[in-house]
Amino acid sequence: MEQKRVVVYLNQFFGQIGGEDKADTPPQSTDKPVGPAVGLSALLPKNCTIVRTIICGDGYFNENLEEASAAVRQMLKELSPDVVVAGPAFNAGRYGMACGMVGKIAFELGIPAVSGMYPENPGVETYRPYLYIIETGNSAASMRTALPAMAKLAGKLANGEPIGAPAEEGYLSRGIRRNLFAEKRGSDRAIDMLLQKIKREDFTTEYPVPHFDRVEPAAAITDLSQATIALVTSGGIVPKGNPDRIEASSASRYGRYSIDGIDSLTPEAFQTAHGGYDPVYANENPNRVVPVDALRELEREGRIGKLFPYFYATVGNGTSVANARAYAQEIAAELVNEGVQAVILTST
Amino acid sequence: MQFTLGSIFIKDVQFGPRTEVAGGTLFVNKGELEELLMQDEHLQSVTLEIAHPGDSIRIMPVKDVIEPRVKPELDSGIFPGMVSKMFTAGVGRTHVLKGSAVVTTGRIVGYQEGIIDMQGPGAELTPFSQLHNLVIVAEPAAAITPHQHEAALRKMGLRAANYLGQAARSLEPDETVTYELLPLHEYHRRYPDLPKIAYVYMLQSQGLLHDTYYYGVDVKNMVPTFMHPTEVMDGAIVSGNCVSACDKNTTYHHLNNPVIHDLLKRHGKDLCFVGCVITNENVTLLDKQRSSDLTAKLVEYLGVDGVIISEEGFGNPDTDLIMNCTKIERKGIKTVLITDEYAGRDGTSQSLADASPLADAIVSAGNANALITLPPMERVIGSLEPAEVIAGGFKGNRNADGSLTVELQAIIGATNELGFNRLTAREY
Repeated sequence: MEQKRVVVYLNQFFGQIGGEDKADTPPQSTDKPVGPAVGLSALLPKNCTIVRTIICGDGYFNENLEEASAAVRQMLKELSPDVVVAGPAFNAGRYGMACGMVGKIAFELGIPAVSGMYPENPGVETYRPYLYIIETGNSAASMRTALPAMAKLAGKLANGEPIGAPAEEGYLSRGIRRNLFAEKRGSDRAIDMLLQKIKREDFTTEYPVPHFDRVEPAAAITDLSQATIALVTSGGIVPKGNPDRIEASSASRYGRYSIDGIDSLTPEAFQTAHGGYDPVYANENPNRVVPVDALRELEREGRIGKLFPYFYATVGNGTSVANARAYAQEIAAELVNEGVQAVILTST
Repeated sequence: MQFTLGSIFIKDVQFGPRTEVAGGTLFVNKGELEELLMQDEHLQSVTLEIAHPGDSIRIMPVKDVIEPRVKPELDSGIFPGMVSKMFTAGVGRTHVLKGSAVVTTGRIVGYQEGIIDMQGPGAELTPFSQLHNLVIVAEPAAAITPHQHEAALRKMGLRAANYLGQAARSLEPDETVTYELLPLHEYHRRYPDLPKIAYVYMLQSQGLLHDTYYYGVDVKNMVPTFMHPTEVMDGAIVSGNCVSACDKNTTYHHLNNPVIHDLLKRHGKDLCFVGCVITNENVTLLDKQRSSDLTAKLVEYLGVDGVIISEEGFGNPDTDLIMNCTKIERKGIKTVLITDEYAGRDGTSQSLADASPLADAIVSAGNANALITLPPMERVIGSLEPAEVIAGGFKGNRNADGSLTVELQAIIGATNELGFNRLTAREY
């Protein structure tokens, strides 16, 4: 079997440099397995060798995230391991965040990574999409069960073997939905599930619904005649030709377009890029989706202070919630910075 | 009442001098069918092609897939109220040319027509790669509106299927299944110990090229109603939509609705299937409230223990799905939902646009955002040109080696929410 290279990441305590007084230790590394890496070394498949142990103080890593990350990235680049093992961090918050970040750096370099954490460690929530986190107890007392599971998973990852579901491998769900073929077709599975549910037997939903955010609307504006209003749409209205190439579905970007001096969106100058509805009526009159004409009228009548001179647009068709949230955060920050008091959101 | 469905197994489709079935092969008189279809003034040209399972063929952009059927006791074809005279579907006898289908393609109508690959990894994701397909490439007449174009293609496909169905009129089926339809109280009386199940069948009706028809009625203009399970088998429900390819129900899916077929298969054994409630997926809040209120009322009226609810499309209809679920659950009736997921290409995003703690039993038909690269095919029926603009495509998705990268969204029927396929998703 081909030899595989493993790099271990530990904090100052497990790396045997010292306790809290040494938490400001910058990243360093040693050729020899140290602390838990010694135990791990014995548990890894025979073709896997720990080639380096990186050690960094938890305080240093979290307070100098950029510098620490750059140093770890440089080391991983040079070492080009087949897998990175970080921790286990149990319920140590700063250590968990550092292990998670190391996993993210490895992910960005295309290297798989494994850690071990207690489910409530903040590192789990922040970094779980980037690495496999074996579920551990909340203290180092669970080292004995954590290490074999981590070693087994790290060995599989190093050797490019398929990774099973969270319950099979012992890792905490990464929140990644992946496709696979079931044995029965969906309609038959639905009937099985319904009969189990009616008979009050155990059943497992194939999609556990998330808890949705409920955003409290901001307080109403008391004097609209002084307010700057912006238009933001998921209806895909863009300048003719779609200069930013916003996709018809699953948009990966949004655009900001000037309406300074524009009284009404004309079909000559604007169109929709949206692929989820019949575009005929939106293309005929883009104001139907982004009502610039109506807002200008209100502006002239003095009912609103002014219309913000740009509108923002993306396509809300199969666009992931994560992307939509990221666009909204950026757009909202810009609008707040530029003194906008209210936004009219139009969807289609 | 009884309904008998007789299948004639078709092992090949070929052009021939007469439209007939001989030795398991469906022969099609090309000129005769072309002439029939060209009677529609909205069409400029039609060309017929044949695609077999395993062929190196990509068909796109596909609008609809239809299975040829005929009722021997009726002169006209099926799809009552749409392209045939009105009759009550789902009683009597119907013959099916099982293993064949009509596929419609040509210039794209909306953005949401899809792909059928007859071989390779894409073929594993669409049931239509397993059929002998008569493909109609239709070009619309000049100056036609998208709505006229959609209607012309829809009716063309149905007429072509009815034309082929005639070949099954006097054949002896290879296999027959007979379904017995009872008055509602008889179901309860005859199967006192089996759980009573109904099916809530949500039909795409967002409008603007997202429409479905029941006996020719645009379902966005109907209120929820009862339906016998066998009605779909005579084409009572017809697809008229260009919603994303992966989770639109083609007319073929409606004819072969797997929830209905699987419930009927288990009827009298481990459950009692009393019937269907069909409802729509309109876009205004008032419409959604009305339809979900009335759906829950009809389900309660049926006196069932549980329902399966299937969705069509995604995003906006997720709200209808959850409203139907919560209103029915609050009546003490158990629900299982069939949907697909839009969890982002990396699978880390929220899968549905709406949710409720009462939606605790969901069957997933897979993540439609997942990417797949489809290798080049020797032949394309239709056109590769819309590859970047169809829903699930994106700028630069046509690779240098001729392969095509798309989200599963672009493949017809890939994440069908009637549960037609085995594809699912789970959390890793």
